[in-house]
Amino acid sequence: MSAEQIAFKAPEIMIDRATHYCPGCHHGIAHRLVGEVLTEMGLVDDTLCVGSIGCSVFIYNYLNVDAVEAPHGRAPAVATGLKRSRKDKFVFTYQGDGDLASIGMAEIVHAANRGERISVVFVNNTVYGMTGGQMAPTTLIGQKTTTCPAGRCLDREGAPIRMSEIIGGLGGTAYCERASLDSVKNIRRAKKAIRKAFEVQQQGIGFGFVELLSGCPTNWRMDAVAANKRITEEMIPYFPLGVYKDVTAEGGCACTEHGTDSKEDK
Amino acid sequence: MARVEFRDERCKGCLLCTTVCPKEIICQSARFNKQGYKVAEVKEDDMDKCTGCASCALICPDLAITVYREKKEGK
Ligand SMILES: Cc1ncc(C[n+]2csc(CCOP(=O)(O)OP(=O)(O)O)c2C)c(N)n1
Ligand code: SF4
Ligand code: SF4
Ligand code: SF4
Ligand SMILES: [Mg+2]
Repeated sequence: MSAEQIAFKAPEIMIDRATHYCPGCHHGIAHRLVGEVLTEMGLVDDTLCVGSIGCSVFIYNYLNVDAVEAPHGRAPAVATGLKRSRKDKFVFTYQGDGDLASIGMAEIVHAANRGERISVVFVNNTVYGMTGGQMAPTTLIGQKTTTCPAGRCLDREGAPIRMSEIIGGLGGTAYCERASLDSVKNIRRAKKAIRKAFEVQQQGIGFGFVELLSGCPTNWRMDAVAANKRITEEMIPYFPLGVYKDVTAEGGCACTEHGTDSKEDK
Repeated sequence: MARVEFRDERCKGCLLCTTVCPKEIICQSARFNKQGYKVAEVKEDDMDKCTGCASCALICPDLAITVYREKKEGK
């Protein structure tokens, strides 16, 4: 018998326990990608994870890094404090769309605009998953939720907010990309996007942001396979994938006044 | 030869893996795990078709799949 090698196994940074997530929930994929990137960048022992309020509130039960839990929407503010007091640490937040784009809109916009040297993983599943699928700022027009049972109405509730476009337009943002977890190709791309959003922090350039279009089969009232199809057919056309800002490609720094030396100052 | 191994107690029967296998060898078994999920599997007769591409493992949200590939000569 010829010798075998492992082509894929659960990364060591993932704690060996079953998650509380529903079948087909993309939080599991997002956690794994974050874990793989932290491992590949050699950051496992130097990371502070800031959890948020939502289904992923227990992220520290699955990702074996130091973590703190932030009040609803306030993860970027908590991360700001952590990073400013511990510049030697890699600090990232992990937030849902209800958390980040609704109650936490002020915190995320100002953290990005200040160019905080933190990274944000934004899981957009177009609903408040944890509390039973209420409408979020990201809910698509016509999408039925428990708080808009007839479907979101443009006139009454406004248009779904496109966060990557907003964050990409802010001065302190160094890297901003929207990726998706609906296919193998997009999952590979998403991992690279997470890596870029993490690297700009390590390089001291500025704020890193990655949006991951994700499925919530339970609150969408469909099975996981149909949920993935919904991302492909309905979400991606409204939330286009791509890079919304990359100062490394522009050859510069998000913070033109002070250069790239912020990692070194005390 | 490549092959995959499913951790039955981690599988939630979401079937996402069945949609990405280029060889279409992953299917739902008749078995339920302790949590009550009907787990995915590759039938023993089909395992030799596995290419070790790992697509199934990449899309699995629950880290239920381990993928093995043959070690290349001289490595
Ligand atoms: C101050 C406060 N207001 C409201 C809530 C209730 N609440 C818990 S989770 C949540 C929304 C979570 O949605 P999202 O961030 O999209 O995460 P998901 O569960 O979809 O991943 C809300 C409104 C709370 N916990 N705290
Ligand atoms: S409710 Fe939605 S987001 Fe929460 S675990 Fe279930 S599928 Fe995931
Ligand atoms: S490794 Fe590739 S070929 Fe083998 S079962 Fe998984 S998806 Fe199919
Ligand atoms: S993707 Fe994972 S959890 Fe879903 S059916 Fe396949 S092995 Fe089970
Ligand atoms: Mg959500």
